[in-house]
Amino acid sequence: MSDGAQSVRVASGQGFWGDWLEAPVLQVQSGPIDYLVMDYLAEVTMSILQKQRGRDPSQGYARDFVPLMGRILGTCIESGIRVIANAGGVNPLACRDAVFELANAEGLAGRARIGVITGDDLLERIDELLAAGVELRSMETGEPLEMVRDRIQSANAYLGAAPIIEALQRGADVVIAGRTTDTALTYAPMMFEHGWPRDDWDKLAAGVVAGHINECGAQATGGNTGVDWQSVDYIDIGYPIIESQASGEFVVTKHENLGGRVTEATVTEQLLYEMGDPSEYITPDCVADFRTIQLEQQAPNRVRVYGVSGYRATDQLKVSISYLAGYKAVGRMAYSWPDALAKAQTADRTIRGRLDRIGLRFDEVHTEYFGAGACHGSLAGPLGDDLPEVELRIGVKHSSERSAVERFSREIASLILAGPPTATGFGGGRPRVQEMVAYWPALIPKAHVQPRVEVEVVP
Amino acid sequence: MEVRLLEVAHARSGDKGDTANIGLIALRPEFYPVIVSEVTADRVKTHFKGICEGPVERFELPNLLALNFLLHQSLGGGGTLSLRTDAQAKTFGAALLRMEITVPDELGELIAGGAREGG
Repeated sequence: MSDGAQSVRVASGQGFWGDWLEAPVLQVQSGPIDYLVMDYLAEVTMSILQKQRGRDPSQGYARDFVPLMGRILGTCIESGIRVIANAGGVNPLACRDAVFELANAEGLAGRARIGVITGDDLLERIDELLAAGVELRSMETGEPLEMVRDRIQSANAYLGAAPIIEALQRGADVVIAGRTTDTALTYAPMMFEHGWPRDDWDKLAAGVVAGHINECGAQATGGNTGVDWQSVDYIDIGYPIIESQASGEFVVTKHENLGGRVTEATVTEQLLYEMGDPSEYITPDCVADFRTIQLEQQAPNRVRVYGVSGYRATDQLKVSISYLAGYKAVGRMAYSWPDALAKAQTADRTIRGRLDRIGLRFDEVHTEYFGAGACHGSLAGPLGDDLPEVELRIGVKHSSERSAVERFSREIASLILAGPPTATGFGGGRPRVQEMVAYWPALIPKAHVQPRVEVEVVP
Repeated sequence: MEVRLLEVAHARSGDKGDTANIGLIALRPEFYPVIVSEVTADRVKTHFKGICEGPVERFELPNLLALNFLLHQSLGGGGTLSLRTDAQAKTFGAALLRMEITVPDELGELIAGGAREGG
């Protein structure tokens, strides 16, 4: 803890699995922090991990986490920095065992306590839950789960702060969770350190706001900023650090010697990211009202956040269910000046004509001209007729037949010799056929989900 | 006077399923009333014609000098199901900033001045 018992520094180290590998190391090495929190789990990640676990029972977690621990665990133990991450994916126990092994090899046997949280994984419990009257209807369409029952790949409840707090109370230096909410990774240590009651809705809501700021890493510190992006030092960008006070107020900052910036603009941008109705930001522990957030630039790279209010949590948890929805592939071919766009358009007609010839039908065929309005469509305005190059980007999807999508992926290459001139940029080979995973968001009464916490010393 | 929204606001966009969200933030407090009156849900729906197939919802956050827009049915099925380059709506904010709006002439000097203090 910093500043006596006043302020707790919760540093964000990863905004998704695939984020900058150096960021958490820099958070630990570049200045004082109390907690390092890392979010690894996007919705799509859970189904990928479930598949990996299916192939190998020792897998199914964010593997990057283990070598990262190899780089920083010793320093964290010496400096009293505690690590909280949802790196456990669909196999938190295997992740814990891998960290045990690594910590043992690093000479930390008997010196580090590792906590692990399970109980979020509902995949094996779906029939039991349905039998108990938990319908798991889609939150979006109201349809019953029967619609996709035989195609389900993963099912996880979003856990809140309670099991993380329990692990911290039991002395965990590292807390490995599966599917927790991204925000709980940040506000659980705030609740634990300040001893906030579970029904102090305003303080919990402040914690949720802090969590929302931390959960996407550098997006709060200049990453993706629309204001004067030209002057942001991206190379050594500092990830956000929350300096939390017992009152609920906090300051968003970063290590001074790193790049990036913390301004009202960068913090506001992140607050609005993936926002729904700002008056009800629902979490397992409270509902936060983002219309009450006040910001104040206190000093360079220090933004004070205060005034947040919230209200009582609901009695349900969100469940994220993924199911197989078919197959897709996207092919690309680039064409150069002159007439780059016209050539790409001819190539598109050629591919579609050839698919017709062999009688292939898809649920959707989608064409874009990259470099000529792929992102903004007609909003991009009139295009010059002198574009230096344009890439045809054509994708198909099929709800059931992988073979049809595979056949499509072989048609693209025929453009190299048997299509309009200057075709290039095909070094990557045939497009990959991807399984399409769809989401089925649902709700479950809290009483049906029992998180379990284990905390053990590294053997 | 007519200006591009880019001159008076910045934006951050993202996705939730097949819905795109755009947070639109005034560059200065003086610009907030203008974007509230000019950038209505209807105008945003019209602006994204051919991209947004569903309704547009708007929420006001005066505390952050911001508006939040939800553009339903805009991402070709959403994240993992979409065939689009921008399946996660990352560039929707920039697309909104292309909009032409009318602002009072007296704001002209501030517009040349750019972002607010600390922003």
